[in-house]
Amino acid sequence: MRQEHYYVPQPMPWPIMGSTALFLMILGGVFVMNGASAGWISLALGVVVLLYMLLRWFGDVIRESEGGKYGSWEDVSFRWGMSWFIFSEVMFFAGFFGALFWARAMSVPDLSSLLHQEMLWPGFKGLWPSAGPGFAEEFTPMGALGIPAINTLLLLSSGVTLTYAHWGLVNNQRGKLNLFLFLTIVLGAIFLGLQIYEYAHAYSALNLKLSTGVYGSTFFMLTGFHGFHVTLGAIMLTVILFRCLAGHFKSDHHFAFEAVAWYWHFVDVVWLLLFIVVYWL
Amino acid sequence: MASSSARRTAAWALGILGAAFSGLALGLEWNLQPAVTRIAADIHDVHTYVMVLVSVIFAGVFGVMFYSVFAHRKDKGHQAAQWHENTTVEVLWTAIPLVILVVIAWPVTKVVVAQKDTSNPDLTIKVTGYQWKWGYDYIKGEGEGISFISALATPRDQIEGRAPKGEHYLLEVDHEMVVPVGKKVRVLTTAADVIHSWWIPAFGVKQDAMPGFIRDLHFRAEKAGVYRGQCVELCGKEHGFMPIVVRVVSQDEYSKWVGEHKKALAAAADDPARTWTLDELKRRGEQVYAANCVACHQASGKGTPPVFPALDGSPVVNGPRQAQIDIVLNGKPNTPMAAFGGQLNDVELAAVITFTRNNWGNRIGDQVLPAEVKALRK
Amino acid sequence: MSAVLDTHGHADHGYHPGGIMRWITTTNHKDIGTLYLWFSFIMFMVGGVMALVIRLELFSPGLQWVDPDFFNQMTTMHGLIMVFGAIMPAFVGFANWLIPMMIGAPDMAFARMNNWSFWILPFAAALLVISFFTPGGAPGVGWTMYAPLTVQMGMGMDLTIFAVHLLGMSSIMGSINIITTILNLRAPGMGLMRMPLFCWTWLITAYLLVATMPVLAGAVTMTLTDRHFGTTFFNAAGGGDPVLYQHIFWFFGHPEVYIIALPAFGVVSQVIPAFARKPLFGYASMVSATAGIAILSFIVWAHHMYTVGMPVAGQLFFMYATALIAVPTGVKVFNWVATMWKGSLSFETPMLFAVGFLFLFTLGGFTGLVLSLAAVDIQLHDTYYVVAHFHYVMAIGAVFAGYAGVYFWLPKWTGRMYDEALGKWHFWLSVIFINITFFVQHFAGLAGMPRRIPDYPMMFEVWNKISSVGAFGFGISQLLFLYIIVSAIRSGEKAPDKPWEGADSLEWTHLPTPAPRHSFHTPPVLK
Ligand code: HEA
Ligand code: HEA
Ligand code: HEC
Ligand code: CUA
Ligand SMILES: [Cu+2]
Repeated sequence: MRQEHYYVPQPMPWPIMGSTALFLMILGGVFVMNGASAGWISLALGVVVLLYMLLRWFGDVIRESEGGKYGSWEDVSFRWGMSWFIFSEVMFFAGFFGALFWARAMSVPDLSSLLHQEMLWPGFKGLWPSAGPGFAEEFTPMGALGIPAINTLLLLSSGVTLTYAHWGLVNNQRGKLNLFLFLTIVLGAIFLGLQIYEYAHAYSALNLKLSTGVYGSTFFMLTGFHGFHVTLGAIMLTVILFRCLAGHFKSDHHFAFEAVAWYWHFVDVVWLLLFIVVYWL
Repeated sequence: MASSSARRTAAWALGILGAAFSGLALGLEWNLQPAVTRIAADIHDVHTYVMVLVSVIFAGVFGVMFYSVFAHRKDKGHQAAQWHENTTVEVLWTAIPLVILVVIAWPVTKVVVAQKDTSNPDLTIKVTGYQWKWGYDYIKGEGEGISFISALATPRDQIEGRAPKGEHYLLEVDHEMVVPVGKKVRVLTTAADVIHSWWIPAFGVKQDAMPGFIRDLHFRAEKAGVYRGQCVELCGKEHGFMPIVVRVVSQDEYSKWVGEHKKALAAAADDPARTWTLDELKRRGEQVYAANCVACHQASGKGTPPVFPALDGSPVVNGPRQAQIDIVLNGKPNTPMAAFGGQLNDVELAAVITFTRNNWGNRIGDQVLPAEVKALRK
Repeated sequence: MSAVLDTHGHADHGYHPGGIMRWITTTNHKDIGTLYLWFSFIMFMVGGVMALVIRLELFSPGLQWVDPDFFNQMTTMHGLIMVFGAIMPAFVGFANWLIPMMIGAPDMAFARMNNWSFWILPFAAALLVISFFTPGGAPGVGWTMYAPLTVQMGMGMDLTIFAVHLLGMSSIMGSINIITTILNLRAPGMGLMRMPLFCWTWLITAYLLVATMPVLAGAVTMTLTDRHFGTTFFNAAGGGDPVLYQHIFWFFGHPEVYIIALPAFGVVSQVIPAFARKPLFGYASMVSATAGIAILSFIVWAHHMYTVGMPVAGQLFFMYATALIAVPTGVKVFNWVATMWKGSLSFETPMLFAVGFLFLFTLGGFTGLVLSLAAVDIQLHDTYYVVAHFHYVMAIGAVFAGYAGVYFWLPKWTGRMYDEALGKWHFWLSVIFINITFFVQHFAGLAGMPRRIPDYPMMFEVWNKISSVGAFGFGISQLLFLYIIVSAIRSGEKAPDKPWEGADSLEWTHLPTPAPRHSFHTPPVLK
């Protein structure tokens, strides 16, 4: 059943505050990248403003939600909105996967073709993993067993615990909800910890760096961008956990929870793909 | 009424314009350049064929529209019909364009396939794009081993309006690429820094030169003559100033050119073993500088900071020799400062470095010897 | 049915700042639409002035006014600003104003996010402008930002990269909003196949945006890491490939050109029936043609890359797929002509611009078809023929559709009429000068003039002179437009609720003029 009025929020200063924050961060970041360390100030300021803005904006949304402003009509909007947002993220990842595909299937084989060996890159063997014909150092590629395999298990189980938490919410078992939600976050945190360890290991022991040719570039870009999403997801889950502890959400009205769950599952699926094409094959 | 006066003025203006355009088109270059290869001729034909087809469609569609514009007007009292669907015509005007496309695609496909067939060349030349000149290496066939750099020959004075512009303004180079008539030439393109693109309109060939990759094209010129083109991929500041000139000559003349070129090359070869005086180096260096460095660092040595630093007074130029040799030899990654090690020989490098150290306000007084450069080559 | 008042139901309460804060904090789709439209016009002037710098330098052979580096910066920023700053926001402005009114919705689905979508734009524009003042200036790499030239640029390049990120964020948020609004906020009885075609074109455009803007963001992100963090995505020495950048860019870039074209189609599809006093011909086939164009637009991107050295199978595949787009586009052209056929036509300014669009866009479409033929494109790629092609579809097609829309809806937005006689002058001056500007560029391109050059061989002089004269004429004529709009807002005649006899969508039939600040807070009842 759709209610008669659709909720239209009041004017807010948060959006422009968010833009200002992004602007400061970008200016600062660009200065830092170009060697002007004063940029850190602007960058830090931007982050602070952004956090403040997010806090206030989400605060408003939570208040509206708990205040019963959102009926089923708005709920459908949120569902559409979140689905399309996730779709845009899928396309973002697709760009990076495309780069990996291109390097493996097109550019590296091409660079090692007879013509290219003869004219430009004598002796280049185009076997994947490759850091390209101009890369002189030795490096060890990342294997699939070990940490990556463990991480796969971790993320998959976190998907399961999250579903348990959801059942808890739907069946009004708040204890189960909180426990499993907490477990999910813990699993996500361990995942991130292991990934940080893996990176450190890659840099120190394997001589595998962001600058290790196209292999290093795609490896760190894909796993790093994914890790960034896990971080975001974990933060969102934490927010949801606090809201659960504060007694928010009803068994039939908890889209914020579901949105974050969707996001988490999406990150999960991306990981599976990563595991297969980056680590395994 | 003002609005109808607008229309009347406009009609007049359009008429005059149309007449002016067609008049101009008769007197000026307005179509593809005359073809000198089979493929260029085919492209020309296909283009004409498609233009005729689409012009007919265009005239048809807008004939109908303009008829409607004149006949079905409200101010003529025309009543609007109320139909808004007709499956038959809708299917028709989906199907007919499809058929037309097939009719267009067929001849074009044949040309595309021919364009891509680079097998069995008589002569293979590697072309390397540099910021902003072309390097030519004859690698297979008669003339094998010939290698030179070809840069814009139009004087700066003409470009900057201090001298009248010549007939081949911006389309002239110091060393033309020479090929024999009627022979299949395969050109391998590559680049040293960024993407360039090698184009000779009269041959109907255009191929990007990708840094680190080899791509190819082929042509068989059917008429002797000089054919000119330009770099057609944005490659930085002087992108508009890196022309391509190909001289197509008879087989005899070609053989003669190859012979002379090899002799001249041998004679002019900068002999690194020779002892060079400071003055000689400076003089040679000035030429090298004018050909390779002025685009960025300017004749005045002042550059255009902050992108292109001044060499006049530069701490690097006035500092230790090694550091300067290193930057000129190996370039500076991720800046337009290219590695000149691949383009210039030891003598040229030594000369240009000596020149910069002893020109403008720089008065180091030392000279860099070819052997020194050689030693620093990796 | 004449206009039915439906403004009841909205209780204005809470925080309603006035003055500038009204605009900064607004969540009202009409305010936001207005912001978008003014922003885009300002950007159009900025980008236009850059075009005039280009045309000024190209008036004569030789270097006269600007140095080659600055010329490249002008070309780059002109392209970026026109595409991302002028045309796209203009149509988002239309979407904001019109979609809720057309489907009987109270506002956009996410009114606050809507504000953010807009208020990111001025900051992105600021980044682009700031880049001119950094060491080395703005990037001179072309709007396509091909690697590895981008690696050589100064910090202006980084600012531009982040500006593109911001623009992408804005577009994605805006699109999600539009999609959700259309899917979820239609009034009861407003079936999808009853929506005005403008809503359909935007629904599909928004889909294209959500699917492609992130890909562009990925491409420029890789450029950024190649520049600063040692990655080698686009560097052969490290196993990467400059062509990879082009594939990713054009996977975004081609759909992008339809992102520009489809909303223009939408506007024209509202205007032509209104002045033909006859329903749009072939509504259903219009919808499927739009969808068809969108689907095809994902598999044609490499037609911008015929000269990179693709295998022959690639050339052929992309050639056939590209040419195929002529079919659904043709369906649209035929439908518009059929809508006019046996109508009761009148030619007020919106209709003039719509017919101008129809004629000149199709001309540009045909040159697109010529370019799609790989064999021929070998001769035309990166010449002024391409420049002529895309200005016919964008700078004439999309811009004329935009003008048609502004004249058409101005009464509804402001409650006032523009001066019809001046509007006609604006149209005729614009068509004449813009054709002077761009028609001759076909000839220059065929004869062999490369694009993105600050100086050219003597044989192209006449074409360039003509083109430059046209450009200045067109530019000055746009001052007339500004005057018409401002004087209409200030002192135009009061507009009736439905000034156009044949207009039949909800904003004309169910709302007064000017449209009240809040409309359809309670959904209208449709039969
Ligand atoms: C609004 C934007 C827009 C639109 C709608 C189009 C539409 C088309 N474009 Fe264009 N294009 C651009 C914007 C646009 N383009 C831009 C910006 C560039 C350059 C980018 C850069 O490099 O900077 C470009 C470049 C470009 C190229 C690359 C050129 C090159 O760099 O070498 C090609 C090649 O295939 C091409 C083809 C087409 C085709 C086939 C269409 C088709 O969609 C056209 C279809 C329409 C018709 C054909 C007319 C109507 C049809 C009929 C009446 C039916 C009957 C017709 C037949 C049966 C033929 N375009
Ligand atoms: C929708 C997009 C759009 C629009 C509307 C335009 C509009 C115009 N464009 Fe451009 N253009 C592009 C998109 C667009 N362009 C793109 C994508 C490129 C490729 C860039 C690249 O290669 O990377 C390009 C490139 C391009 C070139 C090639 C540059 C080169 O290769 O080096 C040229 C050259 O003539 C040109 C000219 C013009 C002109 C004269 C107009 C005119 O229509 C502009 C008219 C508008 C005004 C003049 C402003 C409004 C009026 C005023 C502010 C009043 C004041 C006026 C006066 C003082 C006279 N454009
Ligand atoms: C494509 C443009 C270009 C050309 C051509 C070019 N340079 Fe440079 N050069 C640069 C740039 C850019 C730098 C600055 C690099 C940096 O950021 O440190 C530079 C730096 C230098 C420096 C170091 C100066 C300093 O103060 O840092 C020397 C010496 C130099 N170039 C010499 C030459 C010589 C000799 C030639 C010709 C053989 C030449 N350059 C050709 C662009 C160019
Ligand atoms: Cu080399 Cu353009
Ligand atoms: Cu395209």
